[in-house]
Amino acid sequence: MLEIHEGSLHAEEILSRWYVQVKDKNYGAFIPFVGIVRDEDGIDGLSFDIYEPILKSWFEAWQEKAKTQNAMLLMAHSRGDVLNHTSSYISAVVSPQRKVALKMINDFVEDFKASAPIWKYDIIDGKRVYAQKRSMELAGSGLLKDDA
Amino acid sequence: MAKVEFLGPINRKSIHVDIQNLAQLKEIFKGDSELQGWLSICAVAVNDTLVCALDTPIKSDDKISLLPPVCGG
Repeated sequence: MLEIHEGSLHAEEILSRWYVQVKDKNYGAFIPFVGIVRDEDGIDGLSFDIYEPILKSWFEAWQEKAKTQNAMLLMAHSRGDVLNHTSSYISAVVSPQRKVALKMINDFVEDFKASAPIWKYDIIDGKRVYAQKRSMELAGSGLLKDDA
Repeated sequence: MAKVEFLGPINRKSIHVDIQNLAQLKEIFKGDSELQGWLSICAVAVNDTLVCALDTPIKSDDKISLLPPVCGG
C-alpha cells in the first residue's frame, strides 16, 4: 500500500490505522520506520516533488518481492512542504517472521533512497533549494549529455 | 511528436520533438548549454521505464522523462 499526502504526515493517525489494518492478519511482526525532519543547517523544513508513475511501479515491484516472503510493505510519503520536527516518510513491513521483516525494512529503505523518483529541497527563508549534494543519480544518468 | 518532460528541480516546460531515437534527442540538446549541466546527471525514462541506450526507438506518442538525482525521505 502506497500513500502520498500533501504536506506533513499525520504519523499517529497513519501508524494507528496501519496497525488496526494488519493486527488480525496473523503477521506477527509489524516494523515501521518513521522519518522526522531535523532542525539543522538553518532550514525551516524540507519540500518534496514526486513523480508518481515510476514511484508506483518501483513500489509494486518491491511489494511483489515482499509477497514471495509472505510479507507486505506499507509506505506513506509527503509532497510539498514538511516543517522541522514533523514526518515526511513512513514505511513498514509486516511479516510472520521478525528476521525477515527487519532485513526487509533496511533493504527497502536503502533502495528507496537510491531509486524512488522523489526530489528533496531545503526550505530556507521561504525558498526551496534543491538538495543536490544529498541526492543520488539514478541508473543510466548522463545518457543524453554532450560528450564532445 | 514525442513529449519530453523535465522533472523535479530542472524547472522547464515540456517540449515536443520529432525524433526516432534518443541519439537524435541528444543531438537536439547539444547546443543548450544551460541544460547540459542537468543532462550530465539526469537519468532518462521512456514511457515511465528507465532506459540506458541511445538507440532506444522513440514513437510519436511516447513520453520521455528526464530525472535528476533523487533523495526521498
